[in-house]
Parts: sequence; C-alpha cells; structure tokens
Amino acid sequence: MKKTIFIMAALIIAGLMFGALDTIHPFGQPGDFAMDDYYIHHALEERSSENIVTSIVFDYRGFDTIGEAAVLFTAVCSILALFREGARKQ
Amino acid sequence: MKPLSVVVRTGCDMFAWFLVVFGAYVIIHGDVTPGGGFQGGAIVATFVALLLVAHGGEKVLGWIKLDIYNGFLTTGLLLFLLLAFSGMGNAFLYNFLAVPEAVAQAGGAHGIIPPSGTIALMDIAVGLEVAGGLTLIIMYMFKGSIMTNISEIGGETGHDNW
Repeated sequence: MKKTIFIMAALIIAGLMFGALDTIHPFGQPGDFAMDDYYIHHALEERSSENIVTSIVFDYRGFDTIGEAAVLFTAVCSILALFREGARKQ
Repeated sequence: MKPLSVVVRTGCDMFAWFLVVFGAYVIIHGDVTPGGGFQGGAIVATFVALLLVAHGGEKVLGWIKLDIYNGFLTTGLLLFLLLAFSGMGNAFLYNFLAVPEAVAQAGGAHGIIPPSGTIALMDIAVGLEVAGGLTLIIMYMFKGSIMTNISEIGGETGHDNW
C-alpha cells in the first residue's frame, strides 16, 4: 500500500517536471543573450584578459569566487573536525 | 594502504613532478589560456594523491608536512581577500591594476601578454588555496580511514570516546 502511494507520487511529480520542460527555451538557444554578447565584445577591452571565462570569474563575478573560496576553506575545516586525531586512553 | 609494484611506483614518481609543473602552468597562465586557479590547483593536488596510491600511506605521511599545505590554504585565501579589499577606493573587487589601454593600442591582444592586473594575481591566490585545500582533504581523509578501522580493542579508535 505504502509502496503504491510512493510510486504514484513519484510518477505524478515526474510528470509535472517533464511537463514543465515544454516551456523551457529550446536546447542550444539561450533565452536572453544580451549579457553574453556584452561579455564577449567588451571583456577584452575592459579587463584585458584573453580568457574571458577567467575575467568573468575573477572580475565581473568576483564576489561569487570569494564564496567559492570560503566554501573550500569551510570544507577543509569541517573535514579536519570530523577526522580529528583523538587518543583513546587505556 | 600497501605500496604497489615497482613499475607503478617508478611511473608515478616520473609523472607526479610533471603534474606539478603542468598545474603551476595552468595556474600562472590562467588569464591567457583555458584554465585558472581552481583547475590548476586541482591538478597540483593530484601530486599527493598519486604518491599516496603508489607508495602507501606510511611513507607519504612521513614525507609530507601538512603544515606547509595549511600555509598554502591560509595564504591563498588571505591574499585573495587582500586583493579584493585593495580596490576599495573605487569598489569592492575593483581591478585596480588592469591596463586596458595597452590592449586597445596594440589592436587586440595578439602577441602581447594582457596586463590583466588582479585577475592574474587572484588566479595565483586561488590556485594556492585550492592546491593546499584539496591536499589537506586527501591527507585528512586518508588518516581518518586509518583511524576508524575497527581495532582489536573494540569500537572505533581516534574519536573522543574516552
């Protein structure tokens, strides 16, 4: 009984999700590329970096990168706390 | 983890150093060629993973000082934040070292190194941080996998179950 309810719920949710795919823009054609065109045409003149991806990551969207660096630092801290060395006293 | 055969060890000894050089190349040239700090740092961190697989944990734990990688991690993050705050005269994360006129004068970036300013320096900072951080994650998880083996005493060792 429980299993049937779960399968029904999963099917309904999957149907809704796949139904929502209809309203998405077609594959390979972004809905709005004003921002892409701006980066492609102005990144070299404004930031003088040949790698446009790097100039987006470290300059235009630098605040995201600070978050990523903080995430890595937090991951190392939490792994150190999880695998800390403690001695069992006999 | 026991050391693997002599063929694997020799091969890993040779390729590990090339991987470090390649990772440093990807980090330093992050603003010119594909790649950047995160990717290059991950390549540099592969060095320790290769040595760990080939030589076993006993030797590698003796070779590697984790304090150095801890220093990499902290230095990289602090350098990144310092560079981010240096542009505070204009805005947070302002690229105050860039010289865009040089590219415009040369008519494109062909043949010159683009003076991208803080982008290149932030690449190096993030590369240091990622290399140190991923190496620390590998080594701590390896040590944890040794510690949490079920011992003869019973129960896990290494945790604070006094």
